[in-house]
Amino acid sequence: MFTSTSFASILPEILILALGMLVLIVEPFWKEDQRRNVGWLTAGGLLIAMIVSLLFGQPGEPTSTLGGMIRFDWLGFFFKMLFMFAAAMTALLLMDNEKAGRRGEAYLLLLASLIGMNLMAVSADLVMLYLSIETTSIPLYILAGFILSDEKSTEAGFKYLLFGVLTSTIMLYGFSLVFGFSGTTDLTKLAEMYQVGAISPVTAIAVLALILVGIGFKVSIVPFHFWAPDVYQGAPTPIAGFLSTASKAAGFAVLIRVFFVAFPSATLAHSWTIALAILSAVSMTVGNLLALPQTNIKRLLAFSSIAHAGYVLIGVVAFSKLGAASVIFYLAAYIATNLLAFGIVMAFSKVTGLEELKDYSGMSRRNPALALMMLAAFLSLTGMPPFGGFVAKVFVFAAGIQAGYVWLVVLGILNSIIGVYYYLNVLKYVYLYRMPNEDEESHPVPLTRPYVIALAVLAIGVVLLGTVFAPWFGWSNAAALNLF
Amino acid sequence: MNFPVLSVITFTPLIAALIILLLPPQRKNEARAVALAAASFALLLSLWVYVQYLTQHLTGYQFVEKYTWLNISPLVISLHFGVDGISAPLVLLTGVVMFTGVLISWGDDNPHVMAGIQDRPREFFAFLFILAWGVLGVFVSLDLFMLFFFYEIAVFPMYLLIVIWGWKVTREYAAMKLTLYLFIGSVVSLVGVLAMYWVNAQNTGVPTFDMLAMETASFSTQFQIIWFLPVFLGFAVLGGIWPFHNWSPDGHVAAPTAVSMFHAGVLMKLGAFAALRVGIMLLPEGAKYWSWLIMLFAAVAVVYGAYIAFVQMDFKYMVGFSSVSHMGLVMLGFSTLNQQGLLGSGLQMFSHGVMTALFFAVVGMIYDRAHTRQIPELGGMSKVMPFATIGFIIGGLVSMGMPLFSGFIAEFPIFQGVWGRQWLVAVICSISIIITAAYIMRNIRQVFFGEMPENLKGHVGDITVLDKVAITTLCLFMIGIGLFPQLMAPMVSSGVENVLRLLGGH
Repeated sequence: MFTSTSFASILPEILILALGMLVLIVEPFWKEDQRRNVGWLTAGGLLIAMIVSLLFGQPGEPTSTLGGMIRFDWLGFFFKMLFMFAAAMTALLLMDNEKAGRRGEAYLLLLASLIGMNLMAVSADLVMLYLSIETTSIPLYILAGFILSDEKSTEAGFKYLLFGVLTSTIMLYGFSLVFGFSGTTDLTKLAEMYQVGAISPVTAIAVLALILVGIGFKVSIVPFHFWAPDVYQGAPTPIAGFLSTASKAAGFAVLIRVFFVAFPSATLAHSWTIALAILSAVSMTVGNLLALPQTNIKRLLAFSSIAHAGYVLIGVVAFSKLGAASVIFYLAAYIATNLLAFGIVMAFSKVTGLEELKDYSGMSRRNPALALMMLAAFLSLTGMPPFGGFVAKVFVFAAGIQAGYVWLVVLGILNSIIGVYYYLNVLKYVYLYRMPNEDEESHPVPLTRPYVIALAVLAIGVVLLGTVFAPWFGWSNAAALNLF
Repeated sequence: MNFPVLSVITFTPLIAALIILLLPPQRKNEARAVALAAASFALLLSLWVYVQYLTQHLTGYQFVEKYTWLNISPLVISLHFGVDGISAPLVLLTGVVMFTGVLISWGDDNPHVMAGIQDRPREFFAFLFILAWGVLGVFVSLDLFMLFFFYEIAVFPMYLLIVIWGWKVTREYAAMKLTLYLFIGSVVSLVGVLAMYWVNAQNTGVPTFDMLAMETASFSTQFQIIWFLPVFLGFAVLGGIWPFHNWSPDGHVAAPTAVSMFHAGVLMKLGAFAALRVGIMLLPEGAKYWSWLIMLFAAVAVVYGAYIAFVQMDFKYMVGFSSVSHMGLVMLGFSTLNQQGLLGSGLQMFSHGVMTALFFAVVGMIYDRAHTRQIPELGGMSKVMPFATIGFIIGGLVSMGMPLFSGFIAEFPIFQGVWGRQWLVAVICSISIIITAAYIMRNIRQVFFGEMPENLKGHVGDITVLDKVAITTLCLFMIGIGLFPQLMAPMVSSGVENVLRLLGGH
């Protein structure tokens, strides 16, 4: 039965699909040197899709649509908006990429993966969930290995594919066990089946462990993180940025929905919160410690993103309304911050072709505005006000302490201190060190228009999230309420 | 509604920083002019607030503004500003240091002089003003979240200011050390602050970060005893309390002159102030339980700091360690938890802030011209820069606690208070006065009146007019309060009454 509500529930995806087709149709008609304009089309189209969805696709009371496959609620809607924003920014950042920016397929694959992410955020059924995860992943495998002439990119694509297929198969095995024991794949019904004893606690924990493998890969927490540094380094940088932000956030959307909705029983929650607390502790510590010796900025950001997944998990572990709200807020702040960081890396290597930390020497003299944005991004990653990262961290820690996980919060704080060291170290290159010949004046770093627009929007976003945080947190909170 | 004067003061530096950043990089003088204008504006407004508070004999929190910032259960955060008798002088102090700091950083046309900030002044003033924004925010915030927010803002620009414009030899080491110490301190306090928030919500049923509401949270004695030390010491790290003082002299020495002035003059007060506001005022039972430990730490800082200052050969290190010693006196006053001690601490925060800013300004002026800070290599400065000499002597007299200067007004009540609590500590700490007098006088003799070394003759010239304005401004405050204690003491006293009320002494 297809009602107006079910239409509204997938309105963004319909629009994205239409946009993707438009990209396919338009692209061959443009000349080779105009094809980067597909990026404008994609970003503008996504902006319009966001506006239309905000006007006509807002959810009311949470409902299930399309035969119980889709959950139409604020949680999903908020995540969808985040993903679409991230994809629009990625499209802009992709435009001036040497190898990928002039090929329509790149934008099409980006949009295809975006549809998958959107559906991940709203899936209310294990089958739908699996399909949407694969819809997200397959285009991303191709995008990671998009530059065939570059060995590193090919390696990245292949590595991502192997890890992704392996972990998603394990997750699928978990799903099949759940179905075998309970006879249902609906997340809400699963919780009921557990209540009546159809699934024993031991089985439930085993199944959760299997599911966690798949999600852990998506959000790159230790010990499922091995792919991240190599893939981030090898993949085209805009794609690495997209992987480390939207893809990770999609993983967390699934994580909170599956764990909070399908397995909320108190005794069970006790086990999985402890397990997640341990994973959180390990991710933060390993991510931060391994980030310390990095000399390549993309690898540094990769390890830092592993650490950030650990911080986000503190909010999940809290397993409360505030915890869920702080997770969502954290992800919003993290998407803006990390995309900004990756965007700057792109803009810089577009001109210089370099990605080592030492190559950033003298950057503040070569382009002061770019250096300032780098300052904002890295201080936000550190967790310093007035940037989004600070507020997000305080909220996550507050949720952790409220739930009684003082040890985990203390560990998180110790890890932030390690973070201070290596993030500030990057800024030292940018602001203090000079180029070998001290000749920065004649080596400016000019920015093209798409970079200027994307970076400015992201930088403003990072500052707004850190100062006027009430509306953002209000929306995160409204989304979190749908889980309880 | 009244004119929101405190918000205007607090956000003036931020707006100025943004304007400065929007200027083109080569417009150096315009950046300086905007900075000076904004600093003067903030100084005048903070002076106005101070005079109003003083002349109208106000008590309690005044000029209060409150805007709800976030009200989503269970998090309630408001932008709640207000000053009392303790914070109003500190706001004024920040205005004074901002104003003089900008003057000192202006620069000198003489190519032999490295004075002022020539490299990227635009970024320098922007970062300095973001620092000032954070500092002012902490002094006026009555909401714990916002206090913490501003506190962190005051921490990170220090790293950039020191690492970019600092002394080449130690700046990277010192900047990272300083940032890590301060960040560790602040996040340790954060855990305590969050714990207080949830326990308050549990006890009263009303979750709020508002400090005035949290004063009535009735935390259990056991809770206060557990959490007092992390909260108090976490903030007191920035106040330079022994044994966590080590970052401070290194930071002072590596920082450029204006940043040293800010750092020693205002930032260290920030730590002491937050430790008082959050530690002692919100956890009074914990303060009573641990006051012996704070007194011990402070006493060590006072004597040991003075002794280390005495043996320093580097002029700037000497001033840096003297700051540790004098901030130890502030902490010593806190640890007495009685009227005289707290009053003295309040006065000492202002007096030391002005005095040490002056010291660092003079040290910077000498170093910029002589290119050395080794005390034995300096001499005869009184002949070439008589104005700076007079300034330093006045600062020195304040530092020694001479009557008729602000230092005496501040230190006397502290010792009085300590005597009331534990006479032996007062006796031991009074040794520091003698040591201080010794190193200050030795320095005045050597640096200013000694024989000028041959290699300095000829190219060391006088200070600029702007420098003289800065020195005059600072001296006026030190002499003014020394001669007329009633300009500040009653005000601080009214703030102290509030602290004593919370401690339950009255």
